[in-house]
Amino acid sequence: MRVKRILQEKEAAMQAPVDLTLIDPLIEKYKGKKGNMIPILQGTQNVFGYLPAESFMKISELTGLKLSEMYGVATFYTQFRLNPVGKHIVKVCHGTACHVQNATAISEAVEDALGIKDGETTEDRLFTLESVACLGCCSLAPVMMIGDETYAKLTGNQAVKIVKEIKIKEKN
Amino acid sequence: MKKTKVLVGLASCGIAAGAYKVYDKLKALQEADKLDIEIKKTGCIGMCYREPLVEVIDETGSYLYGEIDEEKAVEIFDKHLKQAEPVSDYVVKSDFVESKDDSFWDGQVKIASRNCGVIDPENIEEYEEQDGYKAIRKILEGKISDEQVIQTVLDSGIRGRGGGGFPTGLKWRFANKSKSDAKYIICNADEGDPGAFMDRSLLEGDPHAVIEGLIIGAYAIGAGDGVIYCRAEYPLAIKRLNIAIDQAREKGFLGKDIMGFKGFNFDLYVKEGAGAFVCGEETALMASIEGERGMPRKRPPFPAEAGLWGKPSNINNVETFANIPYIFLNGPESYSKYGTEKSKGTKVFALTGKINHGGSVEVPMGVSIRDIIFKLGGGISDGKKFKAVQLGGPSGGCIPEYLADTIVDYDSVNATGAIMGSGGMVVMDETTCMVDMARFFLDFTCKESCGKCTFCRVGTKRMLEILERITQGEGKEGDIESLEELAYQIKDNSLCGLGQTAPNPVLTTIKYFRHEYEAHIVDKKCPAKNCKKLITYTVNPDTCTGCTVCAKNCPTDAIDGARKEVHTIRQDACIQCGMCYSKCKFDAILLS
Repeated sequence: MRVKRILQEKEAAMQAPVDLTLIDPLIEKYKGKKGNMIPILQGTQNVFGYLPAESFMKISELTGLKLSEMYGVATFYTQFRLNPVGKHIVKVCHGTACHVQNATAISEAVEDALGIKDGETTEDRLFTLESVACLGCCSLAPVMMIGDETYAKLTGNQAVKIVKEIKIKEKN
Repeated sequence: MKKTKVLVGLASCGIAAGAYKVYDKLKALQEADKLDIEIKKTGCIGMCYREPLVEVIDETGSYLYGEIDEEKAVEIFDKHLKQAEPVSDYVVKSDFVESKDDSFWDGQVKIASRNCGVIDPENIEEYEEQDGYKAIRKILEGKISDEQVIQTVLDSGIRGRGGGGFPTGLKWRFANKSKSDAKYIICNADEGDPGAFMDRSLLEGDPHAVIEGLIIGAYAIGAGDGVIYCRAEYPLAIKRLNIAIDQAREKGFLGKDIMGFKGFNFDLYVKEGAGAFVCGEETALMASIEGERGMPRKRPPFPAEAGLWGKPSNINNVETFANIPYIFLNGPESYSKYGTEKSKGTKVFALTGKINHGGSVEVPMGVSIRDIIFKLGGGISDGKKFKAVQLGGPSGGCIPEYLADTIVDYDSVNATGAIMGSGGMVVMDETTCMVDMARFFLDFTCKESCGKCTFCRVGTKRMLEILERITQGEGKEGDIESLEELAYQIKDNSLCGLGQTAPNPVLTTIKYFRHEYEAHIVDKKCPAKNCKKLITYTVNPDTCTGCTVCAKNCPTDAIDGARKEVHTIRQDACIQCGMCYSKCKFDAILLS
């Protein structure tokens, strides 16, 4: 799962140039502080939605953090993304409780509806599909989270309906 | 006369079920009617299966309403709040109305979760009203020494609630004895165990109790700084913790010269985890705080000697800290009177899976698993048969039905091959395939292995490959033995708890459900009818109406039959996708 997230050349070409000055205040805040690597990366991802390759270079230059170590950390933790993501991140919970309540059916239904696989982003950049370990709403299983909204006790059809409704709203 | 109070449960599950809509509706109604009542937010009430929950406390007493939507909220407002006529149809708990949910509360003893669902977690004054921050005041004003504090914790008998079960007082004593210019106290709130949410409900429902526990711990071991390492997947818990820390600092419970006592300085902050299960392991967690990859370190030196930044450190779990103020307020015997000889006090469990009453329950140690599932949990959902219960998540194991009379205490649970763990209890019925369960957990630990130890990194992958083959009907003779051999090698040759316990789900399912493995491997059948590749789909001629829906949806055109005639499935073309089964409105597709 982790290895899959390493940047593919083709996808790297798809990345639009980013405004790196946006992370200046962040670097200023954490520069020279011990244990700063994860907060800097988390902050950068908050700004861009992912970790652009150029941001690594800039952070390394200004803080002295090693590129190899940053890449190591960024690929170790599931939170970090090296690719741009869609506007809506569809998180389908695959915790134990959701698994026994057939979360796989939710994932498969959404995969079919959006025409993407787990971890991928739709061409229109509207949706990214992610399966996650546990959202902590186990007694409402199976659940799915889009943005801050959690959808509970789903079936495959209901999940597809929710995704389609968002799509229609976006198109209008 | 006391003002009528309305509490709306606004923890993550409540919000997911739509509690904010109910809260907003009640607020709007109150505004419009200028009704003189108090409407407040509270944390997790525990009855997750009846969310959203609304509690009305009027002059006569308390009425807890369940499954409230906006419409029902209007009804409660009009009848109960305006005319003092409780709506008994929606009551799930009250002294005045009998409810079929009453068994959920039987035998529960709330210590760690004493304030959850009672107070507004974002308001420090409400915590103080429940004797909050009085435990630390008692210690400071009574000039109780650090050694006496530790002795009290030892006397209470409390053991680490994160799963290890190490006596908390002993841990504190080790950290206390280490000499250093700086020491750290850390709260492990990286609840990565899928199927567990006890720590989330405690943090969302009563963050101040955890903070007060940390302050007492800091006093006992002599720590000046504290960290709460909370997983980023719990945004609400992080938000409420930060609010609580700011409030505590403002009131002088954190910072320099705490509560006016010269020389007692302690402050803490929340560190957001970045999503790695292994960071629940003490040394990996500390590496993560230091900004590195969360990889466990070799012990010794133990964290009590050289932990975070090389300084003596002490780590306890959320639930452990939440218990601490109670122990000091009520005396150690008030805690140790509950439980068994070796496991004292209470334990919070997250009850989930195929169960009627899913939620968070706190029971004294020593209660049997059967009682938790059938009394509090209300039995198995949809009238199915109880098969097993999974305890301890990916590090734990499955306990079969015939061992359900096992009591919950560290030693009894360990004897079954499972572990107590942090308190996730996932109930399974006859439709859950145990081989698939083992595959599910191995898939999880394989992805979460940090990669440091070869046996854990490669071994879990090899085990997963075997399990995948078995569930796809390609199992071979000798697979079970290979799994066992790999399991013991991984257990023996891994540095940290993740690797040492990763094979447990496989070993316990082989121990108790060997026949299911054999059915998969030898007969190529899945007894639970769960593994798709091992199922045969046929049409039941008695119920098939010939509606053609299945044939239209079949991706391989494996279904024949004319309209209004019984259909048939050609087995050679069927790919066992299950589409016909899920589309048929007449339950005419049979699985075997």
